[in-house]
Amino acid sequence: MKFPMLAAGFVLTAGVAAAQTPVLTVLTYDSFTSEWGPGPAVETAFEEVCGCDLRFVAAGDGAALLARLQLEGARSEADVVVGLDTNLTAAAAATGLFAPHGAAVEVDLPVAWDDPLFLPFDWGWFAFVHDRKMAEVPGSFEELAASDARIVIQDPRSSTPGLGLLMWVKAAYGDRAPEIWGALADNIVTVTPGWSEAYGLFLEGEADMVLSYTTSPAYHLIAEEDDSKAAAPFREGHYLQVEVAGKLAASDQPELADRFLAFLLEEPVQSVLPTTNWMYPARLPAGGLPEGFETLVRPDVSLLLSADEALSLRPEALREWQDALAR
Amino acid sequence: MARRAGALIVAAALAALTLGPLALVMARAGGGALGAADWAALRFTILQAALSSLVSVLLAVPVARALARRSFPGRGLMIALLGAPFLLPVIVAVLGIIAVFGRAGLFNRGFEALGLAPLSIYGLHGVVLAHVFFNMPFAVRLILQGWLAIPSERFRLAAALGFGPSDVARHLERPMLREVLPGVVLVVFVICLSSFAVALTLGGGPRATTVELAIYQALRFEFDLGRAALLAALQFTICGAAVLATGAVALPSAFGAGLDRAAVPFAPRGWRRVADALVLTAAAAFLLLPMAMVAARGLPGLFQLPPEVWAAAGRSLSVALPSAFLSVSGALVLALASPRFGLVATLPLAASSLVLGTGLFLAVHPFLNPTLVALPVTMLVNAVLSLPFAYRILAPEARALEADYGRLAQALGLGGLARLRWLTLPRLRRPLGFALGVSAALAMGDLGVIALFAGEGGATLPLLVQRLMGAYRLEQAAGAALLLVLTSFALFWIFDRGGRHAAS
Amino acid sequence: MLHLDRVGVRLGSFTLSADWQAAAGERLAVIGPSGGGKSTLLMAIAGFVALAEGRVLWQGRDLGPMAPGERPVSILFQDQNLFPHLTLRENLGLGLSPRLRLGPRDRERIEAALERVGLSGLGDARPGRLSGGQQGRAALARALLRARPILLLDEPFAALGPALKSEMLTLVAEIAAETQATVLMVTHDPEDTRRFAGRTVLVAEGLAQPPRETEALFADPPPALRHYLGT
Repeated sequence: MKFPMLAAGFVLTAGVAAAQTPVLTVLTYDSFTSEWGPGPAVETAFEEVCGCDLRFVAAGDGAALLARLQLEGARSEADVVVGLDTNLTAAAAATGLFAPHGAAVEVDLPVAWDDPLFLPFDWGWFAFVHDRKMAEVPGSFEELAASDARIVIQDPRSSTPGLGLLMWVKAAYGDRAPEIWGALADNIVTVTPGWSEAYGLFLEGEADMVLSYTTSPAYHLIAEEDDSKAAAPFREGHYLQVEVAGKLAASDQPELADRFLAFLLEEPVQSVLPTTNWMYPARLPAGGLPEGFETLVRPDVSLLLSADEALSLRPEALREWQDALAR
Repeated sequence: MARRAGALIVAAALAALTLGPLALVMARAGGGALGAADWAALRFTILQAALSSLVSVLLAVPVARALARRSFPGRGLMIALLGAPFLLPVIVAVLGIIAVFGRAGLFNRGFEALGLAPLSIYGLHGVVLAHVFFNMPFAVRLILQGWLAIPSERFRLAAALGFGPSDVARHLERPMLREVLPGVVLVVFVICLSSFAVALTLGGGPRATTVELAIYQALRFEFDLGRAALLAALQFTICGAAVLATGAVALPSAFGAGLDRAAVPFAPRGWRRVADALVLTAAAAFLLLPMAMVAARGLPGLFQLPPEVWAAAGRSLSVALPSAFLSVSGALVLALASPRFGLVATLPLAASSLVLGTGLFLAVHPFLNPTLVALPVTMLVNAVLSLPFAYRILAPEARALEADYGRLAQALGLGGLARLRWLTLPRLRRPLGFALGVSAALAMGDLGVIALFAGEGGATLPLLVQRLMGAYRLEQAAGAALLLVLTSFALFWIFDRGGRHAAS
Repeated sequence: MLHLDRVGVRLGSFTLSADWQAAAGERLAVIGPSGGGKSTLLMAIAGFVALAEGRVLWQGRDLGPMAPGERPVSILFQDQNLFPHLTLRENLGLGLSPRLRLGPRDRERIEAALERVGLSGLGDARPGRLSGGQQGRAALARALLRARPILLLDEPFAALGPALKSEMLTLVAEIAAETQATVLMVTHDPEDTRRFAGRTVLVAEGLAQPPRETEALFADPPPALRHYLGT
């Protein structure tokens, strides 16, 4: 009963490939490798050009990735890690396990990018998603707090979107964050351990809005031909989630790892990300974004704390959040 | 004696698998400290677990009594269905409960139609409600077993002596409850100790922080192994204290053996008959409504399942069956040996699955690629985690068996496999079937410890449900979850019914 | 020969000692007040109670290291002598082979034993269907099959009526004669004692006295027996 939030998977030991074929091991989060994630397409495309065997090792969510790396240390079998976000990269860098990517970063992000260790491969804006039938859609945290709108959010202690929301309020309001949380408290129906539970409750009608991404309505539109969902633009701007990849210093396939990192930003990968990860590709594919993405809200202001700030502000922000909501 | 040696081996393996990983995590960390928030989490954890277990058991007693003394069409089906809520994957059950009791659920829509203010499910009461939904039916089954274990000769005697319902309660039922209830409260309490998703989702916010959530935070976001290990040790300590307290409270009822004569049900008439009917109807509605909602949500998705689910279901089955046999064999060895193994057989209930997974990873990683042993590790871990349930189901009857027939078996030199075949298995068929059913279904639901061991491809059914949810495919996820529930329940039903059938 | 060699049993504050012998094939009654230790004496011989001192020997062999099932002993308890989930045939079969590996010859013996105790035709019945007398017969039939040289009876027929009980005693006597068993039978009834046993062991006040001729014992009862008999 305590269990399924971290369900398990296991390997089909698919027979060892011919001995001379080099193996590139990529550690990533579970939904990246799933049948509905970008993993299968990425694997096929890369194996066509690399003359290697690409193997994914899946480890829960983004936070689990980092935990696993820390457990394994330099003895990790992984050559590349895919799927950390900017709330985790400072801690990841501090492990000293990562090597500089050494590439010139040419990406289409709403913010500048100069991290020497981690390369972004996709990104998105956090946003509150609602049904279009919702009468008065709040345009800011303050309006949301003043309204009767009921929201469901994720716990920043167990979920990356939850942590993103914490940073969003902190980045937008700084010292006023406790006040905002205090005002939001009566709007929050409940706090869930992860994104799936929150989104499920929202679809069940338990809340008017759910913390998700500006790109979430695109799924309903493209995959289900359902245009009833929308993301609410907030005046104070939207916090970014940037998903990154990095190369491990102890990799025994450093060149392959470099090639893979570069490949992540190439067309075959970038073109599948919008409809598998439901995020914006870090480098716009030649064919542009899939039809339907043009209907999405595009915030004017993008917020993102630097990795170091995100790490150092976290304990205080968490305490403020807990104090405000525990009342 | 071979039996004792076997029990010692099982107990040692169990202790090693529950406490060993904790020790490894602790050793890796070298120390740790707890903060004020951790102690607050501990207080809330104990509060909600205590309330959940007491309410579950208080409600379970009248239901079990009504089931024990009434016969009606559908009674067998109802007893079987009592196994179901316990086996639902947490997120599925929570969504089912919310569809009934939530803001937009059946009840509140009814209130709305009547012009009443809606009731919120979120808060401590919601946590308790969900835990009661999960555990009350299981408690009913355990208590019902106690009722059925009172030999029919004693009821016959009671009837002959002209006992009224209150006399039966005093002389037969209360001594039985005195023996059975503390153990049932204990199990439910310890199950709820490690609640995480239910407590947080229905608790409505960070007030409802449990120790398990604090462990998750420490391991995943702060990589504070020491704090995680300390918190896990706290959970074990509370569990140990609860086991010892239970041992002090429970009294053996010593009804002695009967001759398996057909039951003489003690079924008082009058208002008690009406009360029993009401109790059974209310319990059935409370349990069936959320399950019906789960089924209703899952049905549309059931017909558009991706082909991967069938392979995933097969993999889950191939883990669940060996795991169940392993778990029940271990539990039987302990249950037959001595009540002193109760503590070690309960510990896995209090194990933090995250710390367990992390410790096992630390144990395996230096020697082997963890993904290579994912399958056997899943099997073993599921067996360990479901053993306490199997033990609780088997222990009372195993003890009665020893008390009633141990001497005769010894006098006849009935030992070893012959004793297993001619005495233990036939006499314990009913609890063995129930225990196998519960263990297999729990292992189907995959106790989720080994996320760290996961590799490429080859998902189990619960993981597939989670992947579908994570990919926005909530309808398909509901369908796959329904498939999971149906498979788990089918497994449970086959074993449980097999046991009950063979015993009658 | 059954030899209780300076046997001492301690169960909490309760003690029992015995130091005497019984001949092979002899039938002894065990009599005495309730709580005096009659059952304990039988349990010590059968191996269910550990000895604090002394030895129990059969034909010069120390039974101490042997488990109850290995001893040259069959015992009938006050109750629970049959497994309720097994048929009579299976219950009897356990007397021949605890693994119930029964050959055609064994099956014949079981049928013969059932017939011998007047239960033929009931081999497929379970104990719950039988009367108390029938259950006692079935247990005796199993003792017959086991054919151990020592037969211990801990009042298995106490619940039966006088006629039935006397019938059972006759049966025990016959079976004992057939198997040439040494029998120790606990009883409350001086009549039974006189009819059944040439010698009687009086158990009282923590001592199982050496067997005495039954008639002589009742003719000149020691104080403990006089008190028990109420004479």
